[in-house]
Amino acid sequence: MLNRYPLWKYLLILVVCVVGIVYALPNLYPQDPAVQISSTNGSLDSQQLDRIQQALSSDDIAVKSARMTGNTTALIRLDDAEQQLPARDVIDDMLGDNYTVALNLADSTPAWLTSLSAAPMKLGLDLRGGVHFLLEVDMDAAVQQRLDATASAIRADLRDQRIRYRGTQIDDNTLHVEFANAEDRAAARDQISQTYSEFQLADHDEGRRAFLDMTLTEQSIKDIQDYAIKQNLTTIRNRVNELGVSEPLVQRQGPNRIVVELPGVQDTAEAKRIVGATANLEFRLEARPDAPDSETETFPFRNDSTRSATLSRDVIITGDRVSSASQGFDQNGQPQVNINLDGTGGSLMNQATRANIGRNMAVLYIEHNSHVETVMQDGKQVEKRIPETTRSVISLATIQSALSNRFRITGLDSPTEASELALLLRSGSLAAPIYFVQERTIGPSLGAQNIQRGIFSVIVGGLLVVAFMLIRYKAFGVIANVALAVNLVLLVAAMSLLGATLTLPGIAGIVLTLGMAVDANVLIYERIREELRRHTPAQQAVHAGYGRAFTSIVDANLTTLLVAVVLFSIGTGPVKGFAVTLSLGILTSMFTGIMVSRALVNLSIGGKPVKKLWI
Amino acid sequence: MRQFDFMGKRRIAFIVSIVLTIVSVAALALLHLNLGLDFTGGTVVELHYATAPSLDDIRTLLASSGFENFQVQTFGAADEILIRLQQTFSNDVGNQVVSALSGNGASIDLVRAEFVGAQVGDQLRDQSGLGMLVALAGVAIYVAFRFQYKFALCAIISLGHDVLIVLGLFALFQWEFDLTVLAGIMAVIGYSLNDTIIVYDRIRENIRLSRSDNMAEIFNSAINQTLSRTLATSGTTLLVLFALFFLGGDMIHNFSISLILGIVAGTFSSVYVAAALLIVFKLERQDLIPAKKENVEEELP
Repeated sequence: MLNRYPLWKYLLILVVCVVGIVYALPNLYPQDPAVQISSTNGSLDSQQLDRIQQALSSDDIAVKSARMTGNTTALIRLDDAEQQLPARDVIDDMLGDNYTVALNLADSTPAWLTSLSAAPMKLGLDLRGGVHFLLEVDMDAAVQQRLDATASAIRADLRDQRIRYRGTQIDDNTLHVEFANAEDRAAARDQISQTYSEFQLADHDEGRRAFLDMTLTEQSIKDIQDYAIKQNLTTIRNRVNELGVSEPLVQRQGPNRIVVELPGVQDTAEAKRIVGATANLEFRLEARPDAPDSETETFPFRNDSTRSATLSRDVIITGDRVSSASQGFDQNGQPQVNINLDGTGGSLMNQATRANIGRNMAVLYIEHNSHVETVMQDGKQVEKRIPETTRSVISLATIQSALSNRFRITGLDSPTEASELALLLRSGSLAAPIYFVQERTIGPSLGAQNIQRGIFSVIVGGLLVVAFMLIRYKAFGVIANVALAVNLVLLVAAMSLLGATLTLPGIAGIVLTLGMAVDANVLIYERIREELRRHTPAQQAVHAGYGRAFTSIVDANLTTLLVAVVLFSIGTGPVKGFAVTLSLGILTSMFTGIMVSRALVNLSIGGKPVKKLWI
Repeated sequence: MRQFDFMGKRRIAFIVSIVLTIVSVAALALLHLNLGLDFTGGTVVELHYATAPSLDDIRTLLASSGFENFQVQTFGAADEILIRLQQTFSNDVGNQVVSALSGNGASIDLVRAEFVGAQVGDQLRDQSGLGMLVALAGVAIYVAFRFQYKFALCAIISLGHDVLIVLGLFALFQWEFDLTVLAGIMAVIGYSLNDTIIVYDRIRENIRLSRSDNMAEIFNSAINQTLSRTLATSGTTLLVLFALFFLGGDMIHNFSISLILGIVAGTFSSVYVAAALLIVFKLERQDLIPAKKENVEEELP
């Protein structure tokens, strides 16, 4: 029979709609502006909380609720976002240095929704602001790392050329290479001057010792630093994207700083750890027992500090050569990281392992940290940052056969550590260590008035579409509008599930998708009208209208979906966010335009004798 | 129903398209896009007020002192203000801002003034460009597979035409091009493609149904049949966009301009570039006949 759906189709549509409504629901519960208090020395109790509440109310700040969220943390919800900053100041003054008082937005999603892991969409930096980190790139360390790498490369070159040298030392911006005699030095100088043009070369002698001093030129130091900050910027962008934070802001500020702003991040501690992580890997051979001390270094093991390994100073490759990395488990259920190297890395690894089968190779885990110390300088107290680098061996294993560009490393403590290391290797390592110098919450970049106008215009736009459909397609317009509403609910549900961030252009994008989503219905209704003009009976006209329009709708939407998918897989940041909205919009609008509206039509006229369609 | 002779006017339309394309390329090459703060970076100024100020007052004061493209945000506390300006960093920008803002007696300390880099890295720019090319190639393959390669070629040309004209007009009138406009351009691509495929679908259907070899006539009837749909869809979308344009405020002003232009260009080009070019490429019945006729009934949902 024409225009009848089997029961299962109605049920399917119903289920999809109910699921959609449930997951879209959290967006209706507004987030409360809140102030989060956490104690650094471990003491926070409800009496203090009561005093805070009294202090706030004496300052005319309305508190919605205040309660402990853990042993050392508390959350104070406020009624008015405008009072968030003053409230923070009041609490900060009261509590003093041992407490961290941070602005927060607390979800007010009811517990039964949270238990279904439903959560509202986050609002972007433009609408709600977020967390602001200022990071400083350690420029001296960037130069130092370059010198280390050069020293290692020169030692390898000299050995290849069979030129004898005694050792290498680094101080300031100069690399000293020591030779047994002036002849060797002259030979080496010829060699070095060709390959390392960024250095100024000078001979100097100390008694019988012959040195070649390689000093970086001003220009090359600048180049190295410039490269370091650019590389760090790219890496941090990758990391933020890997974290799944959409619509972040990462930009350079001043000569050696990087700003990272993240919208709606609830767990700032995690974001901070990933953004600022400096872990990198180095692969080195274990030193031969007869190797001179100047060519070896000894490091402790990471999970057992009583053990240590003596390794060659020469680095085979570093984490920079990793093209992809993923976390996995070995046969024994221990966490491991599967690594793929890029072309150069693969061949370097192959060369080094092929010639050294039977020797041990170590994976060295490197972490840069810093702590701030207050020191006296010229009679004044100055805060000084003391950088420290920890290097430890995470695995030492015998080379069984020549390795290629794919292998795995083990020896990690936990799956979390493995997946974090994989993430860090994937997103690229930092060219120089970075330090957090400032951490603040930042207000929305758009004015309140601008936001209100934007949202008002979006509502007007939506209503205009609804009115247009009603006027043009009458009864069928009602069906199209119901389908449109379902579409909006499904789109919001899908975006909330994916944890998308909503920005003002994003909202405009959603409304635009709605404007385009009526297209499917327009196509169908125009076909039905065409059929009716040919005096096709009503039921047949509806049937043919849906049937004929189907290929057009599928072709048009699939082509657009193709574009969205490609943009998603290649684009980054805002491009990706837009592609997500667009693809979801296409999928939901195809579902509602074809299935939901058809179900409604079938329910209302299917199987009944209809003479005239009100279209 | 009245039939418009779309194909008869195609020469005039080609001239319009070619002139617009040349103007766009020239504007892009000579005037360049007026890139926004997102793309260029500028200066960041951090201020400390003695008493918490109103952000709207700061915005008004900055605008009246001739600053353009700025963002004003609170920074950690209500009396700490962060301002991003597009102005190139120099040593006195900070003091200029302070003097502009302390006009009405506010006491302000300059905490820092520094340059900020672009929010959009080179990587993003390159990747987006690459993304577009791959997306175009994907579309071409899909259309060639579902229709025929002549359709694919014309669809791509039509898409390029729309994007180029929107970009060209942005360069010509020096409207600010920021990330929201980039999003707008991507929406234009989706929209224009949608429109083109709908027209193509009808053309394919009509070629298979009719016995005539007069392509111009078949195209005309296809375009006339889809005309009411085209106008209804463009109409609803334009309704939304005009609401955004007139009521939406600064932030989505340029976003809506890009889309309004894109939709006008997209609607025009789906008829006059995508369809009319098929005549130039000498589309024939044989091009579509070898393909099996689809049994529409079987594909019903």
